[in-house]
Amino acid sequence: MDNSLLSLLIWLPIFGGALVIWLGNERANTARWLSVALSIVVFIMSLSLFTEFDSSTHLMQFEEKASWISQFDVYYHIGVDGISMPLIILTTFSSILVLIAGWEVIQNRPAHYMAAFLMMEGLIIGVFSALDGILFYAFWEASLIPMLLIIGVWGGDNRVYAAIKFFLYTFLGSVFMLVSLIYMYNKGGSFSILDMHNLSLSASEQAWIFWAFFMAFAVKVPMFPVHTWLPDAHVQAPTGGSVILAAIMLKMGGYGFFRFSLPITPDASLEFSEIVIILSLIAIVYIGFVALVQRDMKKLIAYSSISHMGFVTLGVFALFLAYTPGAAEGALLGLEGAMIQMISHGFISAAMFLVVGVLYDRLHSREISTYGGVINSMPKFTGFAVLFAMANAGLPGTSGFVGEFMVILGVMQANIWYAVLAGTTLIVGAAYTLWMVKRVFWGEVTNPAVSTLSDINAREFGILAILAVAVVAMGLYPQPVIDVMHVSIEHLLNQALTSKL
Amino acid sequence: MEQIYLTIALAPLVGAIFAGFFGSLLGRMATTVITIAGVLISTVLSFYVFNHHVLEGGEVFNQNLYTWMQIGELNVSVGFLIDNLTAIMLVVVSFVSLMVHIYTIGYMHDDAGYTKFFSYISLFTFSMFMLVMSNNFMQLFFGWEAVGLVSYLLIGFWHHKESAVEANLKAFLVNRVGDFGFLLGIALVLMYFGSLDYVEVFASLGNVTGVTMLDGTSVITVICILLFIGAMGKSAQVPLHVWLPGSMEGPTPISALIHAATMVTAGIFMVSRMSPMFELSETALIVVMVVGAITALFMGLLGIVQNDIKKVVAYSTLSQLGYMTVALGVSAYSVAIFHLMTHAFFKALLFLAAGSVIVALHHKQDIREMGGLRKKMPITYWTSLVGTLALIGFPGFAGFYSKDMIIEAVHFSQLPFSDWVYVAVVIGVFITAFYSLRMFFLVFHGESRMDEHTASHVKESSISITLPLVALAIPSALIGYLTIDPMLFNGWLDNAITVAANHTSMASLEANFHGANGMIPHALQTLPFWMMVGGIASAWVLTLYRSQWADWIQKKFHRSNYVLESLYGFDRFNDIVFVGGIKKLGNFLWKVSDSGLIDKILVNGSARFVGFIASMVRPIQTGYVYHYAFFMIVSLLIILTWVLFAGDNPLLEL
Repeated sequence: MDNSLLSLLIWLPIFGGALVIWLGNERANTARWLSVALSIVVFIMSLSLFTEFDSSTHLMQFEEKASWISQFDVYYHIGVDGISMPLIILTTFSSILVLIAGWEVIQNRPAHYMAAFLMMEGLIIGVFSALDGILFYAFWEASLIPMLLIIGVWGGDNRVYAAIKFFLYTFLGSVFMLVSLIYMYNKGGSFSILDMHNLSLSASEQAWIFWAFFMAFAVKVPMFPVHTWLPDAHVQAPTGGSVILAAIMLKMGGYGFFRFSLPITPDASLEFSEIVIILSLIAIVYIGFVALVQRDMKKLIAYSSISHMGFVTLGVFALFLAYTPGAAEGALLGLEGAMIQMISHGFISAAMFLVVGVLYDRLHSREISTYGGVINSMPKFTGFAVLFAMANAGLPGTSGFVGEFMVILGVMQANIWYAVLAGTTLIVGAAYTLWMVKRVFWGEVTNPAVSTLSDINAREFGILAILAVAVVAMGLYPQPVIDVMHVSIEHLLNQALTSKL
Repeated sequence: MEQIYLTIALAPLVGAIFAGFFGSLLGRMATTVITIAGVLISTVLSFYVFNHHVLEGGEVFNQNLYTWMQIGELNVSVGFLIDNLTAIMLVVVSFVSLMVHIYTIGYMHDDAGYTKFFSYISLFTFSMFMLVMSNNFMQLFFGWEAVGLVSYLLIGFWHHKESAVEANLKAFLVNRVGDFGFLLGIALVLMYFGSLDYVEVFASLGNVTGVTMLDGTSVITVICILLFIGAMGKSAQVPLHVWLPGSMEGPTPISALIHAATMVTAGIFMVSRMSPMFELSETALIVVMVVGAITALFMGLLGIVQNDIKKVVAYSTLSQLGYMTVALGVSAYSVAIFHLMTHAFFKALLFLAAGSVIVALHHKQDIREMGGLRKKMPITYWTSLVGTLALIGFPGFAGFYSKDMIIEAVHFSQLPFSDWVYVAVVIGVFITAFYSLRMFFLVFHGESRMDEHTASHVKESSISITLPLVALAIPSALIGYLTIDPMLFNGWLDNAITVAANHTSMASLEANFHGANGMIPHALQTLPFWMMVGGIASAWVLTLYRSQWADWIQKKFHRSNYVLESLYGFDRFNDIVFVGGIKKLGNFLWKVSDSGLIDKILVNGSARFVGFIASMVRPIQTGYVYHYAFFMIVSLLIILTWVLFAGDNPLLEL
C-alpha cells in the first residue's frame, strides 16, 4: 500500500464523491455517513504519511510516477516532502470537520454538498503532492470547480456574484502560471517540477516567470492588493466553504511560493523580495485596520485571514535579508514560521468560521450588532469562541503565537522596521478580534432572540473541541511539526540562495 | 528537586483544569477543595524551595524541561531557572494566592460563577509561576501573556456589566502595547545574542556591549528600553497605566491578587531579572527611573480625589509600583524586590479589607457613604490599620523599611535627574499618607453616612474573609523588620542580581545601614518621616476635624481639582486620538481604499471594462448570414484597398 498511498489519498475522496452523488439527495443520511466515514478513513491513512515520513531527507517520498500524456512528456508524478506533507494532513483533517459541520445544517442537496467537499479534498491533496507541472496545474484549476459550486449553490443571497468573482479572479492569476510552465517545458524539455528547480534561467526569464507565478499565488494567498475577492467569497460561502477556503485553499498560494517561486526563480525572488515584503506588511497593517471596522463577522475574519497570511509571505521573502552566512537561523525562522503560520491559520480560521457558523445557523445573521451577551445563553460555546479569538490574537500557548513569533524573530534580522510594522499585529490583531468578542459575547443581552439561543450540541462541541486541542497542542509543543519540515526547508533555503545566473 | 518545581507549577494548573472543565459536575465544595489543595501544595513546596535556596544556600537550578522549538543552532525550550529571586517570588505569589483562594470562598459565596472563578485564579497562579520560574525569554513571554489573559477574563468576570467588559478590553489592549515593545526587545535579543536563554544571553553580554544600531544607539540601550516598555504595560507605568484603575471592575479578590500583589509586579521582576543587561545602559536606567518617579508622584495625587474605595487603593498601587520602578532605575534591584514583597502583603491586605467592607455594605464602594465602621467591623478595622500603616511607611511596619530604602537609594544615586526624582518620591510620601488616611478615616471613623437599610445590616465578614486578613496583617507588620538585613545586604539576592561597580546606591545604602533597629530612631530625624506625619495630620484635619475645609479647598482650587478628577486627561486623549482616530482611519481605508478604489474601480472596473467592450462588439453578432456576408465584403474591400495601394507592396510587383 505504501507505494500507492498518495494516489489513494487523492482518488479515494474523488471517487467516493462520485459514489455519493450517485447515492443522491434522496438517500441523504447514507450519503452523510458514507462521506464522513470516507473522510475519516482518508485522514487515518494520511497519518501514515506522518508516521512513516523520513524527516532526515529533503528528497521526495511516497513517490509515484507513470506516463500520462506521453507526447508532451507529461507524467502522473506525485510525492511529498516536509513542506507538502503537513499541508496534506491539514487538508484531510479539515475535511472531516467540514463534513461533520454540514451534517444537519445543509438540507438543500445534502449529498451533492458532501460530494463537492470530498472531491475538493482529493483535488487539493493532488495540488500538494503533484510533482509534474501540468498535473499540478490540472489539480490547481480543478479544485476551483467544487468551491465555485459550493459558493454558487449553497451560498448566501449574493452568491452568484461572489462565486463568479472568486472563479474569474483566481483563474486569471493561474493562467499566467500555465504560460510559464509551458515556457519552461520548451526550454528544458520537462514538465517535472524538480527538473524546473534545476533549470538554468536568465535574469529576465526569471523576472517574467516570477511575476507570472506571483499572479497565480498572490491572488490565492491573497495578498494586497489582489485580495478583495476573499471577503466577498467568505461572506457568501456557506460555513463549510469558508472553512475550506480559509484553512486550505489560501495555503495553496503560500505553498506555491515554497514549491515554485523560490527554487525556480531564486534570483528574481531576491530581486523583488522587498516588493513582496512591503505588500505583506501592507496586508498586515492596513488590512488590520480594515478588519477593525467591519460590522459583518465573516468579513472581519476574512480580513483577519488576509492579515495573518501576510505573515506567510513576509516570512518567506524576508529570508534573503535575514540570511547571514554562517547563521541561517534568521532565514529559517522566517521560512519555518511561515509554514507554521499556514498550518496554525488552518486551524484557527477554520475554528473562527465555524464559530460564526454556529451563530449563523441559529439567528441567520452575521452582523455583529445582532448579537451581544451571547455568553448568557451559550456559555460553553463562548468558552471556545474566546479561546479561538485569543489564538487569533496570537496568544502564547496557542498555535497562533508560534508562527507570528517565529516570523517576527526572523524578520527582525532582516530589518528592524519590518519587524516593528509586523509587530503592530499584536495590538491591532487583538483589537479587532477582542472588540468583536466584546460586542458579540460579553455584555447584556440586547436582542431578545439572543436569550433564546441554545448552547452548542454534541456535534458542534466535538468539532470545536478537536480544533481547540489542535490549537493548544501546537502552541505548547510545535517542535514535532518543525522536525518534519526542517530538512526540506533547509534544502529550500539553499536553493533560494543559490544563484542560477 | 525538579519534581518539586514541576509540582509547584502544575498543582494549580490541575486545580484550574478540574474546576474549569468539571466545576459544574463536581459542585462547589469539591471545586473549592481541589483548587485550594493545589495552591496549598504549591505554597508549602514554595516555602521548602525558599528554605533550600535562600536559607540553606542551595545551588541555582537551571534546566530545560522540553524543547519547544529547535531550528539549526537555536534552541528554545521550556525550562526552569530557580535562584533566590525566583524562590522569593514563589513564596510571595503562592502565599498571597492561597490567601486569596480562601478569601474567595466567602467573597464569591453568592456568585453563580463560583467554580469558574476558582478555575481562573488557579490558572492565574500557574501562569504567574511559569513567568517567575522561566529560564528563557520565550517562556517569560508566555507567562507574561497568560497572566494577561487571565486578568482579561477576570476583569470581565461580571460580563453583564458594560463597564467591566470595556475595562477588560482596554486592559488587554494597553498591555498589548507594552507587549509590542517587549516582543521587539526579545527579537533583538535573539538577533544580537543568538539565544533566548537567560544564562547564555547574560554570558555573552560582553560581545554586544558597544555594538550600535540605528545610527549609533547602543544595542543594549534599545533592547532595555523595549523590554521596559513591556514592563510599563504590565506594571502600569505612565502612560500605559490607564488600564489599571479600570481593572477594579473585576471582583475584589483578583484586584488583590492580580492587580496589586503579583501580576502588576511582573514588570519589576522582569527588570530585576535582566539586571545584568540594564546595568550596562545608563540611558535605559534614567528612563526607568524617571518614568517610575512620574508614576509614583502623579498617580498618588490622583488617589486624593478618588471616592471609590477600590480606586483609591488602585491609584495607591500605581504609585507604589512607581516607587519600585524608581528603585530599579537607581540600580537598587534588591530594594525593588524588597518593596515588591512588602507591598504584595500589605496591598493584598488593603484590597481584601476593602472587599470585606464592600461585602458588608452590599457592594457599595463610595467612601463618602461609609464612616464609623470601626465598631461594627473590628477585625477588618484593625487589619486595615496595619495595612495602612505599612503602606504609608509608619516606622516599624513593613512598608517603612522598603520605602525608606528606596528613598535613600535615590538620595545616593549619581544618575542625572536623581535630585528631581528624590523630590518626587519624598513628596510622594506625604501624598501616600494623605490619601491612605483620608480613606481610612472616611471609612472607619467619624459619623456613619450610610443609609439606614445598609447600616442595619453591617456586620463583620465571615471567617474565610477575616482569616486571610489576619494572615496577611502579620507579614505586613513584621516582614520588613525581619528580612531587610538579609535581603538587601546579606546576599539573599546575590546570585540573581548584578549591580555594576559604578552604580553606588546600594553600596552607599549598605555603608549607612546600621540594622533594622537603628532605622527607627534615625528615621525620626529625616524629612520623609515628617512628610508622613504631615500627611496623616492633613488627612485627619480634612476628614474628621474640619471636613468643610476640604470642600472649601476643592472650590478654591477647582482648576487643579478638575485636572485631577479628569485623571490628567489620559483617557480622553486615548479615546479621541487612538480609539476615535483608529476607527476613522479604519473606516477610511475600508470604504475609500479597499471597497472604493481597489474593489469597485480596479477589480469590478476591469470586469465592467470587459463587459463594455463586449457590449460594443455584441451588436455585430446578429446571427443573420447576410449581415456576416456584408461584413466580409466590406472587410475584403478594405483589406484589398490597403494591400493594393499602400506603397511598397510586394503584391504589386507580381
